[in-house]
Amino acid sequence: MNYELMIDTFPKLLGGSYITIQLVTISLFIGFCLAIGLALLRLSNNYFLNFFAKTYVFYFRGTPLLVQIFLIYYGIAQFEVVRESLAWIFFKEAYWCGILALTLNTCAYSSEIIRGGIQSVPFGQIESARSTGMSRFLLYRRIILPIAFRQALPAYGNEMILMVKATSLVSTITIMDITGIARLVIAKTFSPVEIFIAAGLIYLTINFIITRLISYCEFKLTPYLQKSE
Amino acid sequence: MKNALEIKNLKKSFGDLEVIKDLSLIAKQGDVICIIGASGSGKSTLLRCINLLETPDSGEVLVNGELLKMKRNKNGKLNPIDQNQVDRIRSKLSMVFQDFNLWSHMTVLQNVIEAPIHVQKIDKNEARKNGLLLLEKVGISEKENQYPSSLSGGQQQRAAIARALAMNPDVMLFDEPTSSLDPELVGEVLKVMKSLAEEGRTMIIVTHEMGFAKEVSTKTIFLDQGRIEEQGTPNDLFNNPQSSRLKQFLATNL
Repeated sequence: MNYELMIDTFPKLLGGSYITIQLVTISLFIGFCLAIGLALLRLSNNYFLNFFAKTYVFYFRGTPLLVQIFLIYYGIAQFEVVRESLAWIFFKEAYWCGILALTLNTCAYSSEIIRGGIQSVPFGQIESARSTGMSRFLLYRRIILPIAFRQALPAYGNEMILMVKATSLVSTITIMDITGIARLVIAKTFSPVEIFIAAGLIYLTINFIITRLISYCEFKLTPYLQKSE
Repeated sequence: MKNALEIKNLKKSFGDLEVIKDLSLIAKQGDVICIIGASGSGKSTLLRCINLLETPDSGEVLVNGELLKMKRNKNGKLNPIDQNQVDRIRSKLSMVFQDFNLWSHMTVLQNVIEAPIHVQKIDKNEARKNGLLLLEKVGISEKENQYPSSLSGGQQQRAAIARALAMNPDVMLFDEPTSSLDPELVGEVLKVMKSLAEEGRTMIIVTHEMGFAKEVSTKTIFLDQGRIEEQGTPNDLFNNPQSSRLKQFLATNL
């Protein structure tokens, strides 16, 4: 084992973690916002809205993320209409294609997590809110969504961690995230073990921080669900 | 004086089952009306139709003389015309539920001040001050910062009563408020309700506590198979029941 190489590469990989964290944060944030909307569509009584949400989730959960990344990065560029439109500014960048794929993918998973959360809100608590004269909007804002998010927190934490690891796939479309840089260095040094161990350690650290953050949120937001010591 | 609550010719079915059959009822201000009857007689449904947690099939509901506007849609179901009116009237009709239904993610005090702040738009500090007074009134002021799950059933129900009171409602609706409590906790809740009755609050109470109904109500209604079988002063009903149904009911429930 070439420890010197590991230590030398480490700062380079850390530089890549900047991109990784960007990809995760942006796609999780946008994906989460869209997922709330998608979950509400999925729960709507309107057949078409419901069907749209179901179909969306079906395709984005049912196909590999790698395929989605390739379709967006290589696929969209094939259409001349796109290449000649303003959207090309966006689609010509691997970075944005990566973010788009990650966002659409996490949106599908998160919407199901949020839907589960919303459906687990006890009906009695919804009724007591309605009986105080809350409007539908207020009911969602003050009662249903806050309870739903708290219920969904452990499952959503899972999704966040999966997303951190999923970003490694965008290295296949030239993005220089942790894995991207690792592969570049390996191509030059032919020492995959050392480099991938170093890369793995960085992913582990990021996920350790996320795990702690989620535990902290659970501790702060759901004191009533904690086991009393 | 306007009637606090008036129900005219209310009907409600679930599928083929007629739960409420042409029922009318008037509550004057300060009335404490206890509704008794066997399970399945439509007591809870009646209460839930008043604040439109269930939509009646036909009939009218008037709160403080204001008619809840409803219209029949294509498939013959009655529907409220103006959701804002429904929300406004609901905020004047506080309901206390059998299973408390406190919001689990909020502390007791937050539960109490939630609707005054967000529905009635009362100033936060004022709502808080009032909330603390109400918690004191129902005897759980030391629990203000606790979550509902750490309270006993009786304490939860008293918190729920404080929450209902915080809206300063015209009419309070109680849906079997002591039915899911352990027997030794029933008393503390009934005591609070009794003090409210003595203050002159208009209350409609669905209950299985016959002693309480007898002692507190200004008017008792015996509901049987979706109809008012007998109504009058508690003295009339409990000591001098006329219908065989009521006699039979009292024989098994007193």
